[in-house]
Amino acid sequence: MIISNYKHQQSAHCENGTVSNLLNFHKLELSEPLVFGIGSGLFFSYMPFLKLNGMPATSYRILPGEIFQRMTKRLNIKIKSETFSDKKKAMDELDRALDKGLPIGMLTSVFYLPYLPKAFRFHFNAHNIVVFGKQNGNYLVSDPVMDNPTEISYEDLMRARFAKGVMPPKGRMYYPIEVPTPTEKEMKIAIMKGLNKTTSDMLTIPVPFFGLWGVRFLAKRLRTWDKKLGEKQAGLYLGNQIRMQEEIGTGGAGFRFIFAAFLQEANDIMRQDLFNEASAEMTIAGDRWREFAYLAGKVCKGRATSDITYPLLADILLDCADKEEKVFKKLKNLKA
Amino acid sequence: MEKEQVPQDDENLLEGKFTVVKYALDKNGKYVKVPSVGWEPENVALKQAWEVINEKVEDARKRVLSGEVSQLAYWIEKNMMDEKLIGDYMGFSKWKVKEHLNPQTFKTLSEDVLKKYAEVFKISVEELTKIA
Repeated sequence: MIISNYKHQQSAHCENGTVSNLLNFHKLELSEPLVFGIGSGLFFSYMPFLKLNGMPATSYRILPGEIFQRMTKRLNIKIKSETFSDKKKAMDELDRALDKGLPIGMLTSVFYLPYLPKAFRFHFNAHNIVVFGKQNGNYLVSDPVMDNPTEISYEDLMRARFAKGVMPPKGRMYYPIEVPTPTEKEMKIAIMKGLNKTTSDMLTIPVPFFGLWGVRFLAKRLRTWDKKLGEKQAGLYLGNQIRMQEEIGTGGAGFRFIFAAFLQEANDIMRQDLFNEASAEMTIAGDRWREFAYLAGKVCKGRATSDITYPLLADILLDCADKEEKVFKKLKNLKA
Repeated sequence: MEKEQVPQDDENLLEGKFTVVKYALDKNGKYVKVPSVGWEPENVALKQAWEVINEKVEDARKRVLSGEVSQLAYWIEKNMMDEKLIGDYMGFSKWKVKEHLNPQTFKTLSEDVLKKYAEVFKISVEELTKIA
Protein backbone atom coordinates (compact mmCIF):
# COMPACT_ATOMS: atom_id res chain seq x y z
CA MET A 1 0.00 0.00 0.00
CA ILE A 2 1.69 3.17 -1.20
CA ILE A 3 0.00 6.53 -1.50
CA SER A 4 1.68 7.28 -4.80
CA ASN A 5 0.38 10.80 -5.28
CA TYR A 6 1.97 11.94 -2.01
CA LYS A 7 4.91 14.20 -2.79
CA HIS A 8 7.81 14.38 -0.35
CA GLN A 9 9.41 17.80 -0.09
CA GLN A 10 12.37 18.52 2.13
CA SER A 11 12.21 21.41 4.57
CA ALA A 12 14.43 22.95 7.19
CA HIS A 13 12.06 22.39 10.09
CA CYS A 14 10.03 19.24 10.73
CA GLU A 15 6.80 20.87 11.89
CA ASN A 16 6.57 23.29 8.96
CA GLY A 17 7.55 20.47 6.66
CA THR A 18 4.88 17.96 7.68
CA VAL A 19 2.18 20.62 7.59
CA SER A 20 3.32 21.84 4.20
CA ASN A 21 3.56 18.30 2.77
CA LEU A 22 0.17 17.22 4.14
CA LEU A 23 -1.55 20.34 2.85
CA ASN A 24 0.08 20.01 -0.56
CA PHE A 25 -1.40 16.52 -0.76
CA HIS A 26 -4.80 18.05 -0.06
CA LYS A 27 -4.30 20.52 -2.93
CA LEU A 28 -3.23 23.52 -0.89
CA GLU A 29 0.24 24.56 -2.01
CA LEU A 30 1.95 26.40 0.81
CA SER A 31 5.70 26.78 1.14
CA GLU A 32 7.57 26.16 4.39
CA PRO A 33 8.17 29.89 5.04
CA LEU A 34 4.45 30.65 4.60
CA VAL A 35 3.50 27.90 7.05
CA PHE A 36 6.09 29.21 9.50
CA GLY A 37 4.99 32.84 9.18
CA ILE A 38 1.25 32.27 9.30
CA GLY A 39 1.80 29.94 12.25
CA SER A 40 3.86 32.66 14.02
CA GLY A 41 6.81 30.31 14.45
CA LEU A 42 9.49 32.88 15.21
CA PHE A 43 10.25 33.57 18.85
CA PHE A 44 13.00 33.79 21.42
CA SER A 45 13.06 32.54 24.96
CA TYR A 46 15.75 32.13 27.56
CA MET A 47 14.76 30.59 30.89
CA PRO A 48 17.90 29.89 32.91
CA PHE A 49 15.92 28.59 35.91
CA LEU A 50 14.61 25.77 33.71
CA LYS A 51 17.29 23.22 32.87
CA LEU A 52 17.19 20.68 30.04
CA ASN A 53 19.99 18.12 30.29
CA GLY A 54 21.71 20.50 32.67
CA MET A 55 21.60 23.37 30.19
CA PRO A 56 19.45 26.53 30.52
CA ALA A 57 16.29 26.20 28.40
CA THR A 58 16.59 28.40 25.36
CA SER A 59 14.66 28.48 22.12
CA TYR A 60 14.48 30.49 18.92
CA ARG A 61 10.92 29.50 18.12
CA ILE A 62 7.57 28.92 19.77
CA LEU A 63 6.63 25.66 21.47
CA PRO A 64 6.33 22.47 19.39
CA GLY A 65 2.85 22.02 17.96
CA GLU A 66 1.97 25.72 18.10
CA ILE A 67 2.90 26.53 14.50
CA PHE A 68 0.61 23.75 13.38
CA GLN A 69 -2.25 24.82 15.67
CA ARG A 70 -2.08 28.48 14.75
CA MET A 71 -1.70 28.13 11.01
CA THR A 72 -4.50 25.59 10.61
CA LYS A 73 -6.80 27.77 12.67
CA ARG A 74 -5.94 30.89 10.66
CA LEU A 75 -6.73 29.15 7.38
CA ASN A 76 -9.83 27.35 8.69
CA ILE A 77 -8.27 23.95 8.09
CA LYS A 78 -9.86 21.13 10.06
CA ILE A 79 -7.52 18.50 11.44
CA LYS A 80 -8.30 15.16 12.97
CA SER A 81 -5.78 14.52 15.71
CA GLU A 82 -5.73 11.73 18.28
CA THR A 83 -3.57 10.08 20.91
CA PHE A 84 -3.70 6.50 22.16
CA SER A 85 -3.14 4.60 25.36
CA ASP A 86 -2.85 1.29 23.55
CA LYS A 87 0.16 0.82 21.27
CA LYS A 88 -1.36 -1.82 19.03
CA LYS A 89 -4.50 0.21 18.57
CA ALA A 90 -2.39 3.19 17.55
CA MET A 91 -0.70 1.11 14.85
CA ASP A 92 -4.00 -0.42 13.70
CA GLU A 93 -5.51 3.03 13.40
CA LEU A 94 -2.54 4.14 11.30
CA ASP A 95 -3.00 1.14 8.97
CA ARG A 96 -6.69 1.89 8.60
CA ALA A 97 -6.00 5.52 7.67
CA LEU A 98 -3.34 4.46 5.14
CA ASP A 99 -5.81 2.01 3.61
CA LYS A 100 -8.13 4.92 3.04
CA GLY A 101 -5.34 6.55 1.02
CA LEU A 102 -4.46 9.21 3.57
CA PRO A 103 -0.88 10.24 4.39
CA ILE A 104 -0.64 10.61 8.17
CA GLY A 105 1.36 13.07 10.25
CA MET A 106 2.65 11.86 13.58
CA LEU A 107 4.83 12.72 16.52
CA THR A 108 7.89 10.63 17.27
CA SER A 109 11.02 10.59 19.38
CA VAL A 110 14.20 11.30 17.44
CA PHE A 111 16.04 8.87 19.75
CA TYR A 112 14.09 5.92 18.37
CA LEU A 113 14.35 6.67 14.64
CA PRO A 114 17.14 4.36 13.44
CA TYR A 115 17.28 5.94 9.98
CA LEU A 116 18.59 9.22 11.41
CA PRO A 117 22.35 9.74 11.90
CA LYS A 118 23.43 8.66 15.36
CA ALA A 119 24.92 12.02 16.32
CA PHE A 120 21.49 13.68 16.13
CA ARG A 121 19.51 11.09 18.05
CA PHE A 122 18.69 12.69 21.39
CA HIS A 123 15.58 12.24 23.50
CA PHE A 124 13.48 14.81 21.67
CA ASN A 125 9.85 13.78 21.60
CA ALA A 126 8.31 16.31 19.24
CA HIS A 127 9.68 15.24 15.88
CA ASN A 128 7.04 15.32 13.14
CA ILE A 129 7.05 12.85 10.27
CA VAL A 130 4.56 11.73 7.64
CA VAL A 131 3.86 8.04 6.97
CA PHE A 132 2.55 7.52 3.45
CA GLY A 133 2.50 3.78 2.89
CA LYS A 134 3.44 0.29 3.97
CA GLN A 135 5.57 -2.14 2.01
CA ASN A 136 6.85 -5.59 3.03
CA GLY A 137 5.93 -4.87 6.63
CA ASN A 138 7.87 -1.59 6.71
CA TYR A 139 6.33 1.86 6.80
CA LEU A 140 7.29 4.47 4.22
CA VAL A 141 8.37 7.61 5.98
CA SER A 142 8.56 11.14 4.66
CA ASP A 143 10.81 12.79 7.25
CA PRO A 144 10.80 16.47 6.28
CA VAL A 145 14.39 17.12 7.33
CA MET A 146 15.66 14.47 4.88
CA ASP A 147 16.02 14.91 1.13
CA ASN A 148 14.45 11.54 0.31
CA PRO A 149 11.74 9.32 1.82
CA THR A 150 12.90 6.37 3.91
CA GLU A 151 11.51 3.28 5.71
CA ILE A 152 10.98 2.15 9.27
CA SER A 153 9.93 -1.18 10.79
CA TYR A 154 6.68 -1.72 12.67
CA GLU A 155 8.49 -2.20 16.01
CA ASP A 156 10.73 0.84 15.60
CA LEU A 157 7.86 3.13 14.60
CA MET A 158 5.78 1.91 17.54
CA ARG A 159 8.68 2.55 19.88
CA ALA A 160 9.22 6.06 18.49
CA ARG A 161 5.51 6.89 18.78
CA PHE A 162 5.37 5.78 22.39
CA ALA A 163 8.54 7.31 23.79
CA LYS A 164 8.33 8.48 27.39
CA GLY A 165 9.75 11.55 29.07
CA VAL A 166 9.19 15.25 28.41
CA MET A 167 6.12 15.80 26.20
CA PRO A 168 5.49 12.11 25.43
CA PRO A 169 3.89 11.76 21.96
CA LYS A 170 1.40 9.10 23.16
CA GLY A 171 1.07 7.79 19.64
CA ARG A 172 -0.30 11.09 18.37
CA MET A 173 -1.33 11.04 14.72
CA TYR A 174 -3.08 13.70 12.66
CA TYR A 175 -4.38 14.42 9.19
CA PRO A 176 -6.41 17.18 7.54
CA ILE A 177 -10.10 16.43 7.01
CA GLU A 178 -11.13 19.77 5.54
CA VAL A 179 -8.81 21.99 3.54
CA PRO A 180 -10.59 24.98 2.02
CA THR A 181 -8.75 27.00 -0.63
CA PRO A 182 -8.27 30.46 0.85
CA THR A 183 -9.30 33.48 -1.18
CA GLU A 184 -6.69 36.18 -1.69
CA LYS A 185 -8.34 38.21 1.04
CA GLU A 186 -8.36 35.31 3.49
CA MET A 187 -4.71 34.67 2.75
CA LYS A 188 -3.86 38.30 3.44
CA ILE A 189 -5.72 38.22 6.73
CA ALA A 190 -3.99 35.00 7.77
CA ILE A 191 -0.58 36.49 6.99
CA MET A 192 -1.35 39.61 9.01
CA LYS A 193 -2.63 37.58 11.94
CA GLY A 194 0.52 35.47 11.91
CA LEU A 195 2.71 38.52 11.66
CA ASN A 196 0.93 40.51 14.36
CA LYS A 197 1.26 37.66 16.82
CA THR A 198 4.99 37.42 16.12
CA THR A 199 5.60 41.15 16.48
CA SER A 200 3.69 41.31 19.75
CA ASP A 201 5.46 38.16 21.05
CA MET A 202 8.82 39.66 20.23
CA LEU A 203 8.14 43.20 21.42
CA THR A 204 5.64 43.23 24.23
CA ILE A 205 5.54 40.17 26.51
CA PRO A 206 6.19 41.87 29.85
CA VAL A 207 8.47 39.14 31.21
CA PRO A 208 12.24 39.37 30.75
CA PHE A 209 12.62 35.82 29.40
CA PHE A 210 10.72 36.19 26.15
CA GLY A 211 11.06 38.01 22.84
CA LEU A 212 13.71 40.69 22.52
CA TRP A 213 13.75 41.11 26.29
CA GLY A 214 14.85 37.50 26.37
CA VAL A 215 17.71 38.18 23.95
CA ARG A 216 18.88 41.10 26.07
CA PHE A 217 18.50 39.05 29.23
CA LEU A 218 20.65 36.30 27.71
CA ALA A 219 23.24 38.92 26.73
CA LYS A 220 23.34 40.18 30.31
CA ARG A 221 23.83 36.71 31.74
CA LEU A 222 26.26 35.55 29.06
CA ARG A 223 28.52 38.54 29.64
CA THR A 224 29.81 36.97 32.86
CA TRP A 225 29.37 33.25 32.16
CA ASP A 226 33.10 32.52 32.18
CA LYS A 227 33.58 34.40 35.47
CA LYS A 228 30.55 32.85 37.18
CA LEU A 229 30.64 29.30 35.81
CA GLY A 230 34.26 28.73 34.93
CA GLU A 231 35.64 28.23 31.42
CA LYS A 232 34.41 24.67 30.96
CA GLN A 233 30.77 25.10 31.97
CA ALA A 234 30.59 28.46 30.18
CA GLY A 235 31.82 26.69 27.04
CA LEU A 236 29.08 24.08 27.38
CA TYR A 237 26.45 26.79 27.79
CA LEU A 238 27.73 28.49 24.63
CA GLY A 239 27.65 25.17 22.78
CA ASN A 240 24.05 24.68 23.82
CA GLN A 241 23.20 28.14 22.50
CA ILE A 242 24.85 27.36 19.15
CA ARG A 243 22.99 24.08 18.83
CA MET A 244 19.58 25.58 19.51
CA GLN A 245 20.35 28.31 17.00
CA GLU A 246 21.96 26.41 14.16
CA GLU A 247 21.27 22.69 14.31
CA ILE A 248 19.02 20.76 11.91
CA GLY A 249 15.60 22.32 11.70
CA THR A 250 16.45 25.98 12.07
CA GLY A 251 17.22 26.81 8.43
CA GLY A 252 20.12 28.89 9.78
CA ALA A 253 20.41 31.77 12.28
CA GLY A 254 17.74 30.45 14.62
CA PHE A 255 14.85 30.53 12.11
CA ARG A 256 15.61 34.17 11.22
CA PHE A 257 16.29 33.29 7.57
CA ILE A 258 13.06 31.28 7.24
CA PHE A 259 11.24 34.27 8.65
CA ALA A 260 12.96 36.59 6.17
CA ALA A 261 11.90 34.20 3.37
CA PHE A 262 8.34 34.41 4.70
CA LEU A 263 8.45 38.21 4.51
CA GLN A 264 9.53 38.00 0.86
CA GLU A 265 6.64 35.70 0.02
CA ALA A 266 4.30 37.93 2.00
CA ASN A 267 5.50 40.86 -0.08
CA ASP A 268 4.27 39.18 -3.26
CA ILE A 269 0.88 38.42 -1.74
CA MET A 270 0.35 41.70 0.13
CA ARG A 271 1.98 43.82 -2.60
CA GLN A 272 3.63 46.18 -0.16
CA ASP A 273 7.33 46.90 -0.54
CA LEU A 274 7.70 47.30 3.18
CA PHE A 275 7.74 43.51 3.52
CA ASN A 276 10.78 43.22 1.25
CA GLU A 277 12.52 45.96 3.20
CA ALA A 278 11.79 44.19 6.47
CA SER A 279 13.01 40.95 4.95
CA ALA A 280 16.33 42.49 3.97
CA GLU A 281 16.78 43.90 7.46
CA MET A 282 15.92 40.57 9.04
CA THR A 283 18.57 38.95 6.84
CA ILE A 284 21.13 41.37 8.24
CA ALA A 285 20.04 40.49 11.80
CA GLY A 286 20.31 36.79 10.88
CA ASP A 287 23.84 37.28 9.58
CA ARG A 288 24.71 38.89 12.89
CA TRP A 289 23.30 35.86 14.76
CA ARG A 290 25.50 33.67 12.62
CA GLU A 291 28.51 35.79 13.49
CA PHE A 292 27.67 35.14 17.14
CA ALA A 293 27.60 31.38 16.51
CA TYR A 294 30.82 31.53 14.51
CA LEU A 295 32.76 33.30 17.25
CA ALA A 296 31.10 31.31 20.04
CA GLY A 297 32.18 28.13 18.23
CA LYS A 298 35.79 29.28 18.38
CA VAL A 299 35.47 29.83 22.13
CA CYS A 300 33.98 26.32 22.54
CA LYS A 301 36.85 24.82 20.63
CA GLY A 302 39.38 26.68 22.72
CA ARG A 303 40.66 28.38 19.58
CA ALA A 304 39.53 31.87 20.47
CA THR A 305 42.07 34.59 20.16
CA SER A 306 42.18 36.98 23.08
CA ASP A 307 39.87 39.48 21.40
CA ILE A 308 36.89 37.07 21.39
CA THR A 309 35.56 37.52 24.89
CA TYR A 310 32.23 36.86 26.58
CA PRO A 311 31.46 40.60 26.76
CA LEU A 312 32.08 40.81 23.00
CA LEU A 313 29.63 37.94 22.37
CA ALA A 314 27.10 39.66 24.63
CA ASP A 315 27.47 42.87 22.63
CA ILE A 316 26.71 41.01 19.41
CA LEU A 317 23.52 39.66 20.98
CA LEU A 318 22.49 43.17 22.01
CA ASP A 319 23.07 44.28 18.45
CA CYS A 320 20.89 41.40 17.17
CA ALA A 321 18.13 42.54 19.51
CA ASP A 322 18.43 46.16 18.34
CA LYS A 323 18.34 45.15 14.69
CA GLU A 324 15.31 42.91 15.19
CA GLU A 325 13.53 45.57 17.20
CA LYS A 326 13.67 47.90 14.22
CA VAL A 327 12.21 45.21 11.95
CA PHE A 328 9.38 44.33 14.31
CA LYS A 329 8.49 47.97 14.96
CA LYS A 330 8.30 48.51 11.22
CA LEU A 331 6.08 45.44 10.81
CA LYS A 332 3.88 46.43 13.71
CA ASN A 333 2.67 49.52 11.88
CA LEU A 334 1.58 47.60 8.80
CA LYS A 335 -2.04 47.33 7.82
CA ALA A 336 -3.51 44.65 5.62
CA MET B 1 23.45 34.78 4.03
CA GLU B 2 24.03 34.28 0.32
CA LYS B 3 23.80 30.98 -1.46
CA GLU B 4 27.54 30.73 -2.01
CA GLN B 5 28.16 31.38 1.69
CA VAL B 6 26.13 28.37 2.87
CA PRO B 7 28.79 26.39 4.72
CA GLN B 8 29.76 22.87 3.68
CA ASP B 9 31.91 21.74 6.59
CA ASP B 10 31.44 18.00 6.46
CA GLU B 11 32.57 16.07 9.52
CA ASN B 12 30.45 13.06 8.67
CA LEU B 13 28.00 13.77 11.49
CA LEU B 14 25.18 13.18 9.00
CA GLU B 15 26.89 9.90 7.99
CA GLY B 16 26.29 10.80 4.35
CA LYS B 17 22.63 9.95 4.88
CA PHE B 18 21.26 13.28 3.72
CA THR B 19 21.94 17.00 3.50
CA VAL B 20 20.04 19.57 5.54
CA VAL B 21 18.21 22.64 4.27
CA LYS B 22 19.40 26.18 4.89
CA TYR B 23 17.67 29.28 3.60
CA ALA B 24 19.88 31.70 1.68
CA LEU B 25 19.67 34.41 -0.97
CA ASP B 26 20.25 33.67 -4.64
CA LYS B 27 21.80 36.09 -7.15
CA ASN B 28 18.52 38.00 -7.48
CA GLY B 29 18.15 38.43 -3.74
CA LYS B 30 15.40 35.80 -3.52
CA TYR B 31 15.38 33.27 -0.70
CA VAL B 32 15.93 29.69 -1.83
CA LYS B 33 16.54 26.36 -0.10
CA VAL B 34 20.19 25.36 -0.22
CA PRO B 35 21.57 21.97 0.88
CA SER B 36 24.31 21.91 3.49
CA VAL B 37 26.42 19.13 5.01
CA GLY B 38 27.21 21.07 8.16
CA TRP B 39 28.87 24.12 9.64
CA GLU B 40 31.96 24.24 11.80
CA PRO B 41 30.41 25.87 14.93
CA GLU B 42 27.43 23.47 14.74
CA ASN B 43 29.79 20.50 14.49
CA VAL B 44 31.89 21.76 17.39
CA ALA B 45 28.83 22.24 19.61
CA LEU B 46 27.39 18.85 18.73
CA LYS B 47 30.65 17.02 19.35
CA GLN B 48 31.02 18.86 22.63
CA ALA B 49 27.58 17.61 23.73
CA TRP B 50 28.62 14.03 22.87
CA GLU B 51 31.85 14.38 24.81
CA VAL B 52 29.82 15.17 27.91
CA ILE B 53 27.62 12.12 27.33
CA ASN B 54 30.60 9.86 26.65
CA GLU B 55 32.32 11.05 29.81
CA LYS B 56 29.23 10.16 31.82
CA VAL B 57 29.05 6.71 30.23
CA GLU B 58 32.73 6.05 30.90
CA ASP B 59 32.33 7.24 34.48
CA ALA B 60 29.36 4.92 34.98
CA ARG B 61 31.35 2.02 33.52
CA LYS B 62 34.11 2.59 36.02
CA ARG B 63 31.70 2.76 38.93
CA VAL B 64 30.09 -0.50 37.82
CA LEU B 65 33.46 -2.23 37.56
CA SER B 66 34.49 -1.03 41.01
CA GLY B 67 31.29 -2.51 42.40
CA GLU B 68 29.91 0.84 43.49
CA VAL B 69 26.74 0.60 41.38
CA SER B 70 24.93 -2.09 39.40
CA GLN B 71 25.20 -2.61 35.63
CA LEU B 72 21.93 -0.74 35.29
CA ALA B 73 23.77 2.56 35.91
CA TYR B 74 25.88 2.02 32.80
CA TRP B 75 22.94 1.30 30.52
CA ILE B 76 20.99 4.26 31.84
CA GLU B 77 23.85 6.59 30.90
CA LYS B 78 24.49 4.78 27.63
CA ASN B 79 20.86 5.46 26.67
CA MET B 80 21.06 9.08 27.87
CA MET B 81 18.32 8.40 30.39
CA ASP B 82 17.93 9.06 34.09
CA GLU B 83 16.18 7.15 36.87
CA LYS B 84 12.92 8.94 36.17
CA LEU B 85 12.86 8.17 32.42
CA ILE B 86 13.80 4.50 32.69
CA GLY B 87 11.27 4.27 35.53
CA ASP B 88 8.57 5.61 33.19
CA TYR B 89 9.38 2.87 30.68
CA MET B 90 9.42 0.18 33.36
CA GLY B 91 6.36 1.40 35.23
CA PHE B 92 8.52 1.95 38.34
CA SER B 93 9.08 4.99 40.49
CA LYS B 94 12.54 6.51 40.26
CA TRP B 95 13.07 5.38 43.85
CA LYS B 96 12.60 1.79 42.85
CA VAL B 97 15.08 2.25 40.01
CA LYS B 98 17.52 3.73 42.51
CA GLU B 99 17.20 0.56 44.60
CA HIS B 100 18.10 -1.45 41.53
CA LEU B 101 21.26 0.60 41.16
CA ASN B 102 22.49 -1.14 44.29
CA PRO B 103 24.60 -4.10 43.05
CA GLN B 104 23.27 -6.35 45.83
CA THR B 105 19.63 -5.64 45.01
CA PHE B 106 20.29 -5.91 41.27
CA LYS B 107 21.54 -9.47 41.73
CA THR B 108 18.24 -10.50 43.27
CA LEU B 109 16.08 -9.18 40.41
CA SER B 110 13.81 -11.71 38.73
CA GLU B 111 14.38 -12.82 35.16
CA ASP B 112 11.20 -11.00 34.14
CA VAL B 113 12.37 -7.65 35.44
CA LEU B 114 15.80 -8.08 33.85
CA LYS B 115 14.16 -9.01 30.59
CA LYS B 116 12.02 -5.91 30.67
CA TYR B 117 15.03 -3.67 31.35
CA ALA B 118 16.88 -5.35 28.48
CA GLU B 119 13.94 -4.77 26.15
CA VAL B 120 13.82 -1.06 26.96
CA PHE B 121 17.55 -0.79 26.24
CA LYS B 122 17.19 -2.98 23.14
CA ILE B 123 19.84 -5.42 24.35
CA SER B 124 19.92 -9.01 25.66
CA VAL B 125 19.74 -9.94 29.34
CA GLU B 126 23.28 -11.20 29.02
CA GLU B 127 24.50 -7.81 27.77
CA LEU B 128 22.60 -6.12 30.58
CA THR B 129 24.27 -8.14 33.31
CA LYS B 130 27.80 -8.40 31.87
CA ILE B 131 29.44 -5.12 31.05
CA ALA B 132 33.14 -4.52 31.02
